[in-house]
Amino acid sequence: MALNNTGHPWMALSAPGAIEDMLAEIGASSVKDLFAQIPEDHFRKAPLDLPPQLASEMALKQDLLGKLKKNHTCEDNLNFLGAGVWQHHVPAVVDEIVGRTEFATNVWGSYQSDHGRNQAWFEFSSQLGALLKLDVVQLPVYSWGCAIGHAIRMAQRLTGRSRVLVPQYCDPERLSVIHTYCQPSEMENHIEVVEVKADPATGQIDMGDLRDKLGPNVAAVYFENPAYLGTIETNPADISAAARACGAETIVGVDPLSLGVMMAPGDYGADIVTGPVQPLGVHMNCGGGVGGFIASRDEERYVREYNGFLVSIAQTQREGEFGFGLAAAHQNSYGSREHGKDWTGNSTYLWAIAGAVYMGLLGPEGFRELGQLILSRARYAQALLDDIPGVRVLWRDTTFKEFVVNFDDTGKTVAEINDALRARRIFGGKDISHELEQGQCALYCVTEMHSAADLRHLAATLTEVCK
Amino acid sequence: MRLGVVINPVAGLGGAVGLKGTDGRDIVTEALRRGAEPQSGLRARHAFEILARACPGVSVLAGPGQAGVDWLTGLDLDVQILPAQPLLGTGADTREMVAAMRGQIDLIVFAGGDGTARDVLAAAPGLPMLGIPCGVKMHSGVFALSPSTAGHLLADLLAAGAGRSSLSEVEIMDIDEAALRAGHIAPRLYGVASVPSRPRRMQAAKGQPGPRDDQAALALAAQEIVAGVSSDTLLIVGPGRSAGQVISALGHVPTLLGVDAVTPGALIAQDACAETLKALVAQTSETRIVLGVTGQQGFVLGRGNQQIHADVIRAAGGRGALEILATRTKLAALAQPCLWVDTGCAALDQSLSGYVRVRTGPGETQMMRIRAA
Amino acid sequence: MTTPREIQTARWNEPVIHQLGREGARGQRFPAPEAELPRVTLPESIMRTDRPDLPELTEFEVQRHFLHLSQMTLGMMGVSLFGTCTMKYNSKTAEYATLRPELAEIHPYQHPDTLQGVLEILHDFDLILRSLSGMDQFVFQAGGGADAAYTMTAVARAYWADRGELETRTEMVTSIQAHPCNPATAAAAGFKVVNLPLEENGYPSLDALKAAVSERTALVMINNPDDMGIYNPEIKEWVRVAKEAGALIFYDHANFNGVMGKLSARELGFDACMFMLHKTFGAPKAGGGPAVGAYGCTDQLAPYMPAPLVVKTGDRYALDDDRPKSCGKIREFWGNVPQVVKAYAWARGMGAEGIDLASDISVVANNYMDHRLAQIDGVVRSNPDITAPRMEMTRWSLAPVFEETGVGTFDFANRMADYGIDPWWMSHEPWLVPEPFTPEAGELWSKADIDLWIDVVAQIVREARETPDLVKSAPHNQPVAQLKGDVFEDPEKWAMTWRAYLRKFA
Repeated sequence: MALNNTGHPWMALSAPGAIEDMLAEIGASSVKDLFAQIPEDHFRKAPLDLPPQLASEMALKQDLLGKLKKNHTCEDNLNFLGAGVWQHHVPAVVDEIVGRTEFATNVWGSYQSDHGRNQAWFEFSSQLGALLKLDVVQLPVYSWGCAIGHAIRMAQRLTGRSRVLVPQYCDPERLSVIHTYCQPSEMENHIEVVEVKADPATGQIDMGDLRDKLGPNVAAVYFENPAYLGTIETNPADISAAARACGAETIVGVDPLSLGVMMAPGDYGADIVTGPVQPLGVHMNCGGGVGGFIASRDEERYVREYNGFLVSIAQTQREGEFGFGLAAAHQNSYGSREHGKDWTGNSTYLWAIAGAVYMGLLGPEGFRELGQLILSRARYAQALLDDIPGVRVLWRDTTFKEFVVNFDDTGKTVAEINDALRARRIFGGKDISHELEQGQCALYCVTEMHSAADLRHLAATLTEVCK
Repeated sequence: MRLGVVINPVAGLGGAVGLKGTDGRDIVTEALRRGAEPQSGLRARHAFEILARACPGVSVLAGPGQAGVDWLTGLDLDVQILPAQPLLGTGADTREMVAAMRGQIDLIVFAGGDGTARDVLAAAPGLPMLGIPCGVKMHSGVFALSPSTAGHLLADLLAAGAGRSSLSEVEIMDIDEAALRAGHIAPRLYGVASVPSRPRRMQAAKGQPGPRDDQAALALAAQEIVAGVSSDTLLIVGPGRSAGQVISALGHVPTLLGVDAVTPGALIAQDACAETLKALVAQTSETRIVLGVTGQQGFVLGRGNQQIHADVIRAAGGRGALEILATRTKLAALAQPCLWVDTGCAALDQSLSGYVRVRTGPGETQMMRIRAA
Repeated sequence: MTTPREIQTARWNEPVIHQLGREGARGQRFPAPEAELPRVTLPESIMRTDRPDLPELTEFEVQRHFLHLSQMTLGMMGVSLFGTCTMKYNSKTAEYATLRPELAEIHPYQHPDTLQGVLEILHDFDLILRSLSGMDQFVFQAGGGADAAYTMTAVARAYWADRGELETRTEMVTSIQAHPCNPATAAAAGFKVVNLPLEENGYPSLDALKAAVSERTALVMINNPDDMGIYNPEIKEWVRVAKEAGALIFYDHANFNGVMGKLSARELGFDACMFMLHKTFGAPKAGGGPAVGAYGCTDQLAPYMPAPLVVKTGDRYALDDDRPKSCGKIREFWGNVPQVVKAYAWARGMGAEGIDLASDISVVANNYMDHRLAQIDGVVRSNPDITAPRMEMTRWSLAPVFEETGVGTFDFANRMADYGIDPWWMSHEPWLVPEPFTPEAGELWSKADIDLWIDVVAQIVREARETPDLVKSAPHNQPVAQLKGDVFEDPEKWAMTWRAYLRKFA
C-alpha cells in the first residue's frame, strides 16, 4: 500500500492524514484490511516499472510538449492527404464549445440534468437530417466503417439475407472494418462481401456488373457518393432502383460537406445512409477524430434495427416545454433479433456536439459556398497537375474533393515523389499504388484549405520533383 | 382509463394465525375463530389513497360493500358501484364481480393473494390486472411489492396516459394449500395474465441494452431447439409459456397448463397424461423433454408436471434429454440460484442433479445447478 | 447528518436551433473562389437544387446558443459518485496539449518520420500498460470499452481460425453480472453466449464454470471485482479451468480502479485484458466518447491483434501494418489518439506511487461511503451476508424505501439533481437486486463531497417518507421538468430530427 507524504492535485484524499481519518471512522486498522477479499497470493509480485511521476503541471506540460513538438503538422506543411481523415477548417467556436467541461465531462446524467447536451445531440441529428433529407439520424458510432458495418447488419436482419455488394474501389481501411463486422466465413451469421466492378472509364459502379450480381440473396448494395477515389456516382437513383427491384436495401455513404452542392441521398432512394462526422468540425487528430453516422427514413422497420442512441424531442410535465430523451431504447434488447446482436457503448458523441455547432455556423449558404469552393479548387488542382509532364489525373473533372493522380510516366514511384515533396514541406497524396491495378498512383485531397496559390505551389514543386 | 376494484375481504386471514392460506370457507371460519383480523380492505385503501392524491377524480368501478366501495369512502375518486349482490365469502364472489365488470374497465385492481388472482383470471382471461398484495401466498407475478407501490404504480400509469403503457405477461401460480399444510411446497401454474409494467422513465445510460423482450428471445431459442432435432425426435413439452414456445415454433397452440408431445412433423398428443407419455417414449428412439421453470421456487420437474413421470425421464435419457427454457429475468428472480427437481424417485433426482444449460435466447444459455428437492 | 440545500441550475428556455435566426444570417463565411478557379456545375442527376433546411444564425448567436446548452448541462459540476464509470478529474493540461496543432492537425497517413512525437507517446504508454498488466502488447484502436471487448472476440476468431478450430470453438462463457458489452459483442462477433449465474458467494461458482467450458469454448470473458464490489477469490482456478479446456480467458478490467497497481492480469494467468482510458486513466468520457478501450494480450495472441501497432527500432518509432495473421481492423486508423495522449498524461502525472495511492483511496473511500450509507434506514447493501469490505464500488438497493413509500431508484436519481448531485447509476441489466443503485467513490472526491452525497441520499429518503410526491415529480430546479415518456416507443410520436417533429406535430 502506498506511502502518503504529499498531497496530489488530482486526489483530495491524498492530503496527509486524510486516509487515516477515514479508516478511523470505518473502524479499520489499515488500508490493507479493506483489501481482505483478495487472497494474498493474488497480489502482484513484479514491481510496477513506470516512468517517474510528473506531479507538477509544469513538468507534465514540458514532457507532453517536448514529445508532441517532434511531430510535423499540416499547418506547417502543405497537406494533400485525405482518405478517411480530411483537413478542413474548424471554426473557433466549435473548439470552444466542445472544450466546455460540462460537455467533456465523465458523467452521464439524466434527461433533465443534462438537458443541454441532449438538446445539442438532437440538433446534430436535426441539422444532418436536413442535409440528408432523412428523418432519422442516430448519434454517431465509432467511425464511418463501423457505421457501414452496422448498416449492413441492419440490412441482414431486415431482409434475412446474407450477402452485401460493395464497390470495387472501396477504401481498404473501411473495407477491413466491414469484413470484421460481417464475421469470418466459418460463422453461422457470416455475411458475404462481394465486390461490384468499377467502370474503368469513369471509376463509377459498373451497372451491368451490379445487375449481374444482384439477386434474391443480396441483403444490400453499398456505394459511396462521392466515392473513396473521389468519383461521383452520377446516376445514384439507378443503383437504388436496381437494388429495390430485387428486395435489397440501398446503403449509401456520403461526405456531409458535399451536401450543399450534391443531391441529398434522401432524394435518390437511399434506404440507410452513412458517412463520416470528422469533416463536420472535428480536427484530424491523427485519425482520432473519426466517427460515423447512420440515418434512414422514419419507418419503424428501420428504426427498430438501430444499434445505438436515437434522441427524440418530447414534452415535459411543464406546459409548452421541450426535453430530449432516447427513443426506441428497448430495441437494443440484445438477443431478441434473429440475426446477430449489435452492441453499443461509449462512442463519439462529443463529435455530435462539434457537428451541431459546425452545421449551425455554416447554415445553408455556408454549405453551398463550401461545396462550391471545394469543387472549384479541386478541379483547378486537377488541371494544374494534369499539365505536368508525366503526370496524369484519372477521371478528371468527375470528382469532388479527392482524385487519383498517376505518375507512371515520370518513371518515379509515388514513394520517391512523396519523399521529395516532404523534403519541400508538402505531404503528397496517399500512396495507393498497391491498392489499384493502375500503376503508381496517389490519392490527392484538395479542400477549402488550399488556396489557388497553394495549388500552384504544389504543381510547381511536383514539376520539379518529377523531372 | 377506468379501473375495476375488487377486494377479497378475507384474503390473508390465514397467515396471521398460522394457517397456510385462506382458500375455502372452513379455513376462513377457523381463522376468524383464532382471532385473525381482516387486513385486505385497509391495505387496498392505502393504495387508493396514494392514487387519489396523485390523480384526483380517477374513474373507478368498485365491488359492493366490503368487497370494494366501503374501503374507498372519502377518497377523491369517481367511484361507481357494481350492482350489489350478496357476498358468499368465497372465491365465487370475486369471479362474479370481475365477470360483471368485463368490458367496462381497462384494468382490474384486486386485493388478495394467489387464490384471488386465480379467480380474477378465471373470470376475465386477458384483462390486465394488478394485485395489491394481501394474501398469505403470493407466488404469482401480478402483485405489486406493497400497497403503496401499487398506488404509485397506478398513479404513474394514469399519468403516463391511457393505452400506451406496456403490458408484460406473468404467470398465475398457486400452491395447493392442503399439501402446504402437510409440509410440501407444490406451486402450480394456473395461467398467464398481463400486468402493466412500471413505466421506465429515464435511464438508458452508457449504452446499456434496455429491458429486452424476454419471450421474443425465447421464441427464437425455441426455433433453435426445433432446428436442432431430427424429424423423428419426440418432444415432450410443458407446461408453461416458456416451454410452450417450442410448440408454437412448430405451428401449434401449446396446452399452457398441461404437457404436449410433438415431433417436428406432427402434433402427437395434447395435455397428455403419464401413461400416454410412457407409451410414446417407449416407441421412440430419441426423446427431448422441454421444460420451463416455476417462478421464484425454480422447479423444473415435479411441480405441475407430474405427468412427466420418472419412468418417462429415465427412458428419455435423464439429464441429457432435458431442454430448459426460461427468461433471464425469471432466473435472476429465483429465491435461490438453482433449479429443483422432485420426480418422486430419489435416485433419479440425484442423477438429474448438476449443471444444465438453460436457454434464455437465441445463441444464449445460462448455466444453472439442478438440485434434488 | 446535515441537511443539504437545494440548488438552481440555469434555465434559459433555449429554443431548438432551427427556431432561431433569420434568413440571410451568416455564422461562417468562406473565401471567394480566386478568379482563376473554374466554375463547376455538377450533372443535374446529382446536383442539389434545394436549399438545405438549416438554421441561419450569426457567429455570436451560435456561440450563445451552445453556451446556453452547456450551462444547462449539470455534467459533474457538483458531486457525482456515478458507479462503474469512475468519475475523475480530467486534466486541462492534457486537454490543451491535445488541442495544439502538433496533435490536432496531424494526419495518420503522414510519413512516420513526421509523427515521431505521437508515436513515442503511444509507445511509452503501451509500456506503462504492459507494466500494469504484465501483457506483452497493447493496441488502442477500439473506440471504447465495449469495442475493446469486441476486439477480444475478433482476436479470438482469428486465433481459432488460424488453428482450424473456429467452426468448433463456438461458445463464449461469461458471468450474468459481467458488463453487457461482453455477451453483446461476443454475440455480434458470432459466438454463442453461455452465462453463469451468481451463486451463494455472490459470484459464479467454479463448478458452474467447469460445467460450462468444453472443447466448444472459444473464450471466457470476466470482470473482477464485479459491479457489486465483490472480488472472486477463485479467479486463478478459473484461469486454470479455462485453459484446461483450451479456451482463451480475457480480463475485462473495467473495474481496475480499486486494484490498479495491486493486481497483474498476466500474473493471474489471463491471456488478454482491457483498460478503459476514458475512465480509469483520466481521459474525459465526454458524455459518451470519444473513448478508448486499450486492448492488451500475450505474445501468443499478439499476431492476431488489429493493426497497425507502434514499434520502436533503435530510437525511431514506426507503424507495423504488415501482420498477416491480424484479425483485421475493428475501426479505421489507430484509435482516438488524443484520448491516449490524455491517458498517458494521467499515468505520468500519477506515477507508480500515485496509481497505487489512488487504488488505496478508492477502496477506502468506497468503504467510508458504505459505512455511512449503512446508517440510512431504508437502503440495504447487495449480498448482505457478504460482510468483507467491498472494492471500488458497491451495489446497493432502495427496496425497503420503495416498498414503504413507492419512491424508487428512478425518482431518487431525478431528485438528486435538485441538490447538484448528478443522478446516480442504477445497474446494468439484468437487475439482480430491486431498486438498485451503484455508487463509486474513486480517488477524486473529498470527504466533504462524499458526505454531501450521502446527506442528499438521506434527505431524499426523508422526503420519500414525508413528501413522496415531491420526489416523484422531481426534478424541480433543473433546466427542464420531468419528461413525459409517451413518445419514446411510439412511432407516431417519436421525432429524432426537427424535420420529423414538424411533419408529425406542426
